[in-house]
Amino acid sequence: MVDSVAHKVKAIIAEQAMLDPRDVALDATLESLGVDSLGLVEAVFAIEETFDVHVPFNANDPESKAFDISSVESIVKAVEALIAEAK
Amino acid sequence: MQRRVVITGMGAVSSLGMSAQATMDGMAAGRSGISALEFQDVERLQIRIGGQIKGYDEAAHFSRQELTLYDRFTQFAVLAAREAVAQSGAALAGTQSGVVLGTSGGGLQTQDENFRKVYEEGKNRVHPFVVPRLMNNAAASHLSMLHGITGPSYTVSTACASSNHAMGQAFHMIRAGMADTMLTGGAESMLCFGGIKAWEGLRVMSKTGCRPFAANRDGMVQGEGAAVYVFEALEVAEARGAEILAEVAGFAMTSDASDIVMPNQDGAVRAMRGALADAGLCLDDIGYINAHGTGTLGNDRTESAAIHEVFAEVASSLPVSSTKSMHGHLIGGTGAVELLACIMALREGVIAPTINHDQPDPACELNVVPNVAQEAKPRATLSNAFAFGGLNAVLALRLAR
Repeated sequence: MVDSVAHKVKAIIAEQAMLDPRDVALDATLESLGVDSLGLVEAVFAIEETFDVHVPFNANDPESKAFDISSVESIVKAVEALIAEAK
Repeated sequence: MQRRVVITGMGAVSSLGMSAQATMDGMAAGRSGISALEFQDVERLQIRIGGQIKGYDEAAHFSRQELTLYDRFTQFAVLAAREAVAQSGAALAGTQSGVVLGTSGGGLQTQDENFRKVYEEGKNRVHPFVVPRLMNNAAASHLSMLHGITGPSYTVSTACASSNHAMGQAFHMIRAGMADTMLTGGAESMLCFGGIKAWEGLRVMSKTGCRPFAANRDGMVQGEGAAVYVFEALEVAEARGAEILAEVAGFAMTSDASDIVMPNQDGAVRAMRGALADAGLCLDDIGYINAHGTGTLGNDRTESAAIHEVFAEVASSLPVSSTKSMHGHLIGGTGAVELLACIMALREGVIAPTINHDQPDPACELNVVPNVAQEAKPRATLSNAFAFGGLNAVLALRLAR
């Protein structure tokens, strides 16, 4: 499953967190991984470039339900939903 | 003894109006200058609103030869300066005068248009004056040439604090005796495809409107325009019997040394305290603060906390408004346009509102002058600018006596 959405999202977050993708757990939060607001904006950009989707994320409203960033898993699910929408 | 510095002329162009008075009238009325952006490729943007100057015919103001040399930001600066100089009546020609302007993007529209030509359209030739149009000092240089100003002239570029830094420098130069009269302020015109596309990337822009200090804010909205002032040594202004609009009482600048985009409370606190100390003003003297108030989560809560730290028990009642809610964020020109709100407060006793304010943010407990202007008689005001890069500049004005 190397090409799964989860795998790619983990790799994107790992790069921002400067971790090995294997150390990015699905239940981890971005904060616990040490990803700050700039890292988050870069990760959102990488997700858009990787999956060719538009991520409805506004840094002024990080708790918005439009794109749930509360955990790695929630981001994976949100990205999967965006990919399904784009099809 | 330090010389005192006063303002004897003001001029502006903004989405609220094509003069200083029209812009202040718009502020006083709580009018929105934000509208749908109109320029090439706007349909490829996520962000499609801004404080764009509409119905502006450059050919009505400038000759063809001038237009080949004036980017839109220079045009705005020249128009604002023309108005300020006419009002002031100051004798600017000579070595005792200078120009310090703020801008962040400079001739960004010229750059954008010509990048499009060479990259997208594949052209191999651009107009010969691309460089003199796009350079950040173009506006300052044209003001020096138009008004025969042969003293020190330059441009300051510190993102959103550019024009506050510029006006602070002009103030210092007169105070120190390096010049008697300065044209100062700032100009910006980034409302083009490349200008907005870059900002979109940061994910701090609103698609719906600028709602500073409101619980439902969702980011900043850009504007464009310019404001230019004539700053003059008090004794020079008095000797020629000039009308004094306000005194520039103090200025301070600090650096956060912390984050390239997130603001820092301590840096803002030190800048406000520094301006008060430089002006010899105490907390009770300040009757109005023109906030940086960008409508972003990062700025608004930090600025509110900083105002509370400085002003303590009077912080919640002190009028603090963000006129960006009306004219948008003019980036390098914003402090210059916003100083009009301070001058209006001092001269007319009208405190400009923060519009779009229906849901107060409990984390920003301030009198933001919600939606409708308030009457007050401030003796002195502060104008805040806190730039990306953590560079802060605060100006204090005092009622002319």
